[in-house]
Amino acid sequence: MRVLLADRVPEALGLLAGDGAAIPVAGGTDLLVHWPVRIDAHDRTYVDLSRLEDLKPLRWSDRELVLGGLTTYWDVIQDERIGREFPLLVRAARQVGAIQIQARGTWAGNIVNASPAADGVPVLMAYDAVVVLESGRGREEVPLDHFYTGYKEMRRRADQLVVAIRIPRRPYSYQVFEKVGSRRAQAIAKVGLAVTRSDAGWRVVAASMAPTIRRCPMLERLLEQRVQVAHPGDLVPAITQDVSPIDDVRSTAEYRRRVMARVLYDDLRETCGWP
Amino acid sequence: MQRREGLAKLTGRERYVDDLPLEGALWGMTVRSPAPRGRVSAVRFRPDVNWSEIVVVDYRDVPTANEILLIERDQPVLAAGYVRHVHEAVLLVAHPSREMARRAARAVDVVVAPEPPALDFRAPPRPEQIQFGRDNVLKRLQIAKGDVEQALARAPVVVEGVYETGAQEHVYLETQGMIAWLENDVLVVKGSMQCPYYVLNALQHALGRDERRVRVIQTPTGGGFGGKEEYPSTIALHAALLALKAGRPVKMVYDRPEDMASTTKRHPSLVRHRTALTTDGRLLAQDIEVVLDGGAYVTLSPVVLSRGIIHAAGPYACDNVRIVGRAMFTNAVPFGAFRGFGAPQTLFALERHMDVIARALGLDPVELRRRNLLRDGQSTATGQVIRDGTDRIAVLERALALSGYREKQHSHAAFNAAQRSQRRGIGLATFYHGAGFTGGGEVHLNSRLQVAGLPDGRVEVLSANIEMGQGTLTVFTQIVADRLGLAPEEVVIGEPDTARVPNSGPTVASRTTMVVGRLIERAADDLRHRVGLDDRARGAAVKDAIMRWHREHRGEPLLGEAVYERPPGIAWDEERYQGDAYAAFAWAAYVAEVEVDLRTCTTRVIDFVAVQEVGKVINPTLARGQVQGGVVQGLGWALMEECKVENGAMINNQLTNYIIPTSDDVPPIRVAFVENPYPHGAQGAKGLGELPIDGPAPAILNAVAAATGADPRAIPLTAERLMEIVERTH
Repeated sequence: MRVLLADRVPEALGLLAGDGAAIPVAGGTDLLVHWPVRIDAHDRTYVDLSRLEDLKPLRWSDRELVLGGLTTYWDVIQDERIGREFPLLVRAARQVGAIQIQARGTWAGNIVNASPAADGVPVLMAYDAVVVLESGRGREEVPLDHFYTGYKEMRRRADQLVVAIRIPRRPYSYQVFEKVGSRRAQAIAKVGLAVTRSDAGWRVVAASMAPTIRRCPMLERLLEQRVQVAHPGDLVPAITQDVSPIDDVRSTAEYRRRVMARVLYDDLRETCGWP
Repeated sequence: MQRREGLAKLTGRERYVDDLPLEGALWGMTVRSPAPRGRVSAVRFRPDVNWSEIVVVDYRDVPTANEILLIERDQPVLAAGYVRHVHEAVLLVAHPSREMARRAARAVDVVVAPEPPALDFRAPPRPEQIQFGRDNVLKRLQIAKGDVEQALARAPVVVEGVYETGAQEHVYLETQGMIAWLENDVLVVKGSMQCPYYVLNALQHALGRDERRVRVIQTPTGGGFGGKEEYPSTIALHAALLALKAGRPVKMVYDRPEDMASTTKRHPSLVRHRTALTTDGRLLAQDIEVVLDGGAYVTLSPVVLSRGIIHAAGPYACDNVRIVGRAMFTNAVPFGAFRGFGAPQTLFALERHMDVIARALGLDPVELRRRNLLRDGQSTATGQVIRDGTDRIAVLERALALSGYREKQHSHAAFNAAQRSQRRGIGLATFYHGAGFTGGGEVHLNSRLQVAGLPDGRVEVLSANIEMGQGTLTVFTQIVADRLGLAPEEVVIGEPDTARVPNSGPTVASRTTMVVGRLIERAADDLRHRVGLDDRARGAAVKDAIMRWHREHRGEPLLGEAVYERPPGIAWDEERYQGDAYAAFAWAAYVAEVEVDLRTCTTRVIDFVAVQEVGKVINPTLARGQVQGGVVQGLGWALMEECKVENGAMINNQLTNYIIPTSDDVPPIRVAFVENPYPHGAQGAKGLGELPIDGPAPAILNAVAAATGADPRAIPLTAERLMEIVERTH
C-alpha cells in the first residue's frame, strides 16, 4: 500500500495525474469494508485527501447549496438549514452506517464509490445535483443523473477529483426518501427510493434496482401526466421499463419490484389522489 | 456484585489473544480447499512469492495421528490428498509479516479432481454421492414410548407439519485465534476457547505428546456460543504444527471473512410432525422425525442430534411418542456446537406446530398448551418422571400477565382493522431445556475441581471452566464467597491453565453454574475440613485457619477438592434411550409481539416477555443479561440470519451481508424468574445459558402467523420469504 499526501487541491490533482491509477481517499469507509478480502487493494496507490481543508465546508448562495468534496454526512446532519430546505439529505445521511461512518464518510465519496445501493446518491439525484470535477486540465460539471454509465462506471477520469456538489435551491411541494433494508439500522438498501416534486417537475430515483442508481423516466412521465393508478400493480409496467433488479446475496428481483411498487404507491397515494 | 472483569473490558484493558505480545512470532495462515469433494491432484506454489522465507506445513508434518480427536476420528488435521468440503484446511504457511503470510496462502493453488458432492441433507443421496457408511447417515437415534401407530390409527384428529431451520453463525465478537510456542520441550498453546482440556487432548493425540509436554491456557474469550467448543482444537493444532516446524512462536488469528466461511455453524434441520389429538386438544400421540445436516465430518453431530430429539416432544404429557432422528453427512463445511445444541431446532418445530394444531382445531394456542403441559408425576418422551415441584402452568400464566396477552389480542384486532398496511400479532412458546450433559454424560466427564487456600488467607478456584462473557468469573466468586463467608476480593479465580487446573469439564451445555458451581461448593467445604473446620465456619475463622495451616505446612499446597457425583435417583439407559435424560430441566414461557409491514413484509418485534424457572438465580443482572442476549440471538435466527450457501460453503461471509440484529431491531425484553431451588445445583441454581435461545423463534413466528393469517414454517423468515407466503395466502 502506497499513500501519497497532499496539502492542497492542486497538489492532489498533480498526484492523481502523475500516477494514473491512484485512488483518492477521503473518509476511507468504503475502502475498509473490503480491505481484508481484496488483497489487490493493498497493492494500489492512494492519495489522502484529508488535509484539503478547502474541500470541507459546505456553502450556501442565493441559488444553490454547494457541498464540498470532503463534506461529510455528519456536516449535513448538523446543518439546520439543510434540514429545512433539503430534508431528504438529512434523512439519507442518518441511514448511512452508524454515527462513526456518518462522521467520516463523504457525499463525494458516496458518488464515486458508485454503489447501486448508495444512500446519499438517490437524494442528491432527486434534487438535481451536479457533480463538479476538477483536474489539472480544468473544471467540468456533470449532472448526477448523467454521471453513471454502467455498473461502477462513471464519467470521472482517473485524474479528476470531485471538488464540489452543486444543488439548486427550489421550493419542493413533495419529497420523500425510503430505504428498505434487512434491518432497521446499519443496513444496505434492498430498495431505495427518492421522490421529489418542484417547478422542475417530478423526480423518481431508484437505488438497488439497476446496475446504477438511476432516475425512472417512465414513472416520472406517469406522474407528470397524472395517470390514475388504482393499485400498486398498475405501477409495475413503468417500473419494469425503468429498472432491472436482480437476484443477489441481499434480496430477489421479484421482491424488489413488488416493494418498489407498493412503497411508491403508498407514498404517493394521497398526493396523487389515488384510491 | 459487579462483573469481575467488567472494568477491564469496559476500558479496553482486557487483553485477548491478538493483543498478547509474542517476541519473534510468525503469522500463520491456512490454504483451503476450493472444491466440495475430490482428490487433491496437485498443489502448486506460484512463483510470485519468495518461498524460501515461508514455513510450509502439510499433512505429512503431523507427527503421530492426522486426526482431530473428537467423538469420531474422521476429521484430518490437514487434508491428506482428499478433500470433503470447501475451505477444508490443506496447507499451512507462516511468515513474520501477516501481509506476506496472507499473500503466500493466496499464492498456493490447490487443484482438486472433482467428485460428485452431496449437498442437500434433505434428499436421499444418489449412489455416487455416498461417502459415509451405506447411506451417508452419520448417526441414527430413536426414542419410543407407548404405541404410536395404534394411537394415530384411532385418533379423532391427526395434524401434520414440516418445519425447517437454517444454519446460524455464532458471530462471537472475537474471532478464532491461537498462539503456540515451545518452552524448553513443553508446547504451550494459548488462545480463545471454551474447553481447554478438549484442546489439550486433541494436541496430545495428533502430536504424540504426553500431558507433561503440552500445556493449554485459555485467554480472555470474546464470546463463544459453542463456536469455541470443538473448533479451537483445529486452529490450536494448526498453530502448534507451524510452531514446531518453524521452531518459533506462531500466531493464528482468523479475520472475520475466514472465520465465518470456514468454521462451524448451527446445524440446519428439517422436522416432520404427525400428531394425534382428541377434538378438545389433548395429545394422544407425537410422531416426530428429525433430520440434521451434519456436514462433512462427524464433529459433535451425534450429541447435537441426541439433545435435539430429547427436546423434540416438548414439555408436554403424551403417552405415545416416537422420535426418530438422523444426522446426515453432506459435503458442507461441518456444523458444530451452537448454544442450545439441537434443542432450538426441534423446539422451533414443535412450538410452531402447536400453533398449527391450535388453528386446525379452532383452539386457543394458550389453552392447547395449558391442557398438555407436564404436571408433576407425568413423564417426558424418554419416560423421565418430572417431580421437581415447579408449577409450569404458573410460569405460563405469569408470561401471559406480564405481556398483557389477552388485552393485546383485542387491541390488535382493532389495530389491524384500522390500518392499511401494518399488522400486529402476539405469539407464544412454552418450552424447557435440560441442563448439563445428556444421560450419563456428566458421569463420563467425571469433573474434578479444586479450591485452594492461599498463604494470605484468600482462596483460589482452580477450574477449567472459562469466562466468555457469560459471567463465570463473577458467579464463581459469588459461590465461593457465599459458601465461606468471604468478601469477593478475597476470592481469586485461577487462570484456566491445564498445567495448574484440574479437568472440571467443558464450558458448555448450561452446566457451569449448576454442575461446576456445585463442585466449587463441595471443594470449599472440603477445604474447610482440611483446615479443621466444620461447615458452619465462615469469614475470619476460615481465613485464620487457612493462614495458620500454611504457617504449619510451609511451601505445601492447601487444596480442597471435589469430584462429580450423580444426584440420587437419576438413571439413564443409553441403549434404549430411556430414563432421566437430564438431572434438571429449566422451564419457560416466552411471548413475542410483532408488527408486520405488509408493503415490505418486514417483521419488527415490538415487545418481548421471557419468564423462566431456573432454580435459584445467583446473579440477577447476569441472569437477565443471559436471557436478553439469548432472545436477541434467537430473534436474529428467526428473522434475519441467513447463511447463503454455494457448494456447501457460506458466501455472505461478512458482517455487511450476514445480517444480525442491531440495538434498533431489539424490542424491550422483559425478563422474569420464577424460583424453585434445585437441591443439587450451586445455591439451588439450574442451567440457564442455552434456554433463552429455544423460545424466541417459535414465539415470533407464531406472532407473525397471528398478525398476518399466514402460516410460516421455516426460518429465517426473511421479508422475501414472508412475502412469498403472504402472496400465497391471499
